[in-house]
Amino acid sequence: MSGFSVTEPSKRQKWFAGILVITYAMVTLMPLLWIIATGFKSPEDAISYPPKVIFEPSLEGYVNLFTTRTRVTTSMEETLLPPETWYDEIARDSGTVISGPTRYGQRFTNSVIIGFGSTFFSIFFGTLAAYAFSRFRVPIKEDLLFFILSTRMMPPIAVAIPIFLMFRQLGLNDTHLGMILLYTAVNLSLSVWLLKGFIDEIPLEYEEAALIDGYTRFQAFYKVVLPQAATGIASTAIFCLIFAWNEYAFAVLLTSGSAQTAPPFIPTIIGVGGQDWPAVAAGATIFLIPVMIFTILLRKHLLRGITFGAVRK
Amino acid sequence: MSGNPIDRVAEATPPTFASRVRGLSDRTIAWLFVGPSIVLLLAVNIFPLIWTINLSFTNFKANRLRDAEYIWFQNYQRILTDTGTWESMQATAHFLFWTIFFQVLIGFALAYLINKKFKGNDMWTTIIVLPMMLSPAVVGNFWTFLYQPQIGLFNYVVEFLTGIEASSFSMIGSVNLAPWSIVIVDTWMWTPFVMLICLAGLRSIPDSIYEAAECDRASKWRQFWTLTIPMVLPFLMLAVLFRGIENFKMFDLVVQLTGGGPGSITTLTSIDLKREAFEKWRTGYASAYAVILFVTVFGLASIYVKALNKVKER
Repeated sequence: MSGFSVTEPSKRQKWFAGILVITYAMVTLMPLLWIIATGFKSPEDAISYPPKVIFEPSLEGYVNLFTTRTRVTTSMEETLLPPETWYDEIARDSGTVISGPTRYGQRFTNSVIIGFGSTFFSIFFGTLAAYAFSRFRVPIKEDLLFFILSTRMMPPIAVAIPIFLMFRQLGLNDTHLGMILLYTAVNLSLSVWLLKGFIDEIPLEYEEAALIDGYTRFQAFYKVVLPQAATGIASTAIFCLIFAWNEYAFAVLLTSGSAQTAPPFIPTIIGVGGQDWPAVAAGATIFLIPVMIFTILLRKHLLRGITFGAVRK
Repeated sequence: MSGNPIDRVAEATPPTFASRVRGLSDRTIAWLFVGPSIVLLLAVNIFPLIWTINLSFTNFKANRLRDAEYIWFQNYQRILTDTGTWESMQATAHFLFWTIFFQVLIGFALAYLINKKFKGNDMWTTIIVLPMMLSPAVVGNFWTFLYQPQIGLFNYVVEFLTGIEASSFSMIGSVNLAPWSIVIVDTWMWTPFVMLICLAGLRSIPDSIYEAAECDRASKWRQFWTLTIPMVLPFLMLAVLFRGIENFKMFDLVVQLTGGGPGSITTLTSIDLKREAFEKWRTGYASAYAVILFVTVFGLASIYVKALNKVKER
């Protein structure tokens, strides 16, 4: 900083702005912190009045999330062997024994399979199409943006009606393959558009040089363009992954059992007399933390991703 | 000139390269590269759309084996004369208007403050952005816990700040408060979106413009209204477009929060649509509903984009 600038905010303005923004950030963060905290509360602490900010941490929520338990009476408890593991012990403390695993692990695995599977395909096809659109001059650029926008204008429920019928015919309802196909198609418009933006930014000269050196067009694509576009591809992939990860409407309508993902499942976690909030919060925490980490990694490309590349910063 | 876009793409390719390059011709590559994506988009976007339009003229019910009959515009007529449809349209309009109002107001204010470039503004921006990236269904479900009258954090904070007893009101259970409960959560989630776009707008304004205004002795107030606002307006309008489209098709968050209740006070159009299609199984009727919604969004968005382009040109 050298000399006086009229556009540089004064120290007092910066302080004032900082305090307001930080206050907002704290307030906005509270529900998220509350989810994480509730996951570590005992069921009694979770529903106490007034809400407990300071509490004794407990892993009961996590144990309840992953296990089904049966209640045992004190007389029965005496006949049982002493608890073997820490989670047995936690269950025993609340007067229950673990009788098996819940479906959370499987639902989480489904989310991983469908999320990564659809991301792979939407990036694979998306990169190819984006390269073609970027390098083989397309005369309909503006129309394309609006077309892509328009495919996203349909409420998911509206699209789900024919997809449901189509999948029923093809036997794709409640299968991993069906969900991967669907999410790939939904994400494809985003990935083509974002990747086209990234590839546009790679100077044409690199490829031209490669072509003159005797590379085929295809070699030039994967030896020159792909490495250059790596950052863009990575961030686009994370956007596709986050979309597939968070998606609820299609998942709740088209899956019910073997291919159900975590978002429709987590709200159905119930305990005695309603939702088992520590378990719900534990499930949510495990599910949300990866996205939070990805968001921090993505922060430079965030704007581009959420606006379909309309704003690049 | 053939009609299909890929041929046009290949033809538009500079011929100088095509003749010099070994291996597959550019035309083949264009086909190979664009083909799979177009097939997939046709299969999962365009074909279902056409099918929906076809179904919308029938009385098909997906849970019955009976063949469907064409009843043409009867579905459309029934939908447009149904009071339930208009109530859900009204609920959607309320939701749209207030979420956009609050998100623009708070989002712009935050962007303006962050643009003062205080120390650590990057870190705080990232923190503010977090809610937007999370699963609306999972987060929405947890908000029902925050909204619980006796034990919920939200009600407790309200009691702490205003003295209104926490157990005396239920955000989700009350007819008067439920529409606001979904507005609050949506605003919490999506204000950062408007903020990010506004921030990009503010950062695109070159310093020299302000320096010139300062030389002309324009007051800060005047600079704000005659420079900052017009320069940010296209960005702000873009943010409103995105939020408008997103909230028009809002489903996951609201279905988890209120499930459309109490009564039908928060039954947004997509929740109404889901009930018709997947609970009452009136597939034909729901298809017509879907077409009406699509035409509405598409029409409104087209008009809006025209206006946006006009503002951009200015």
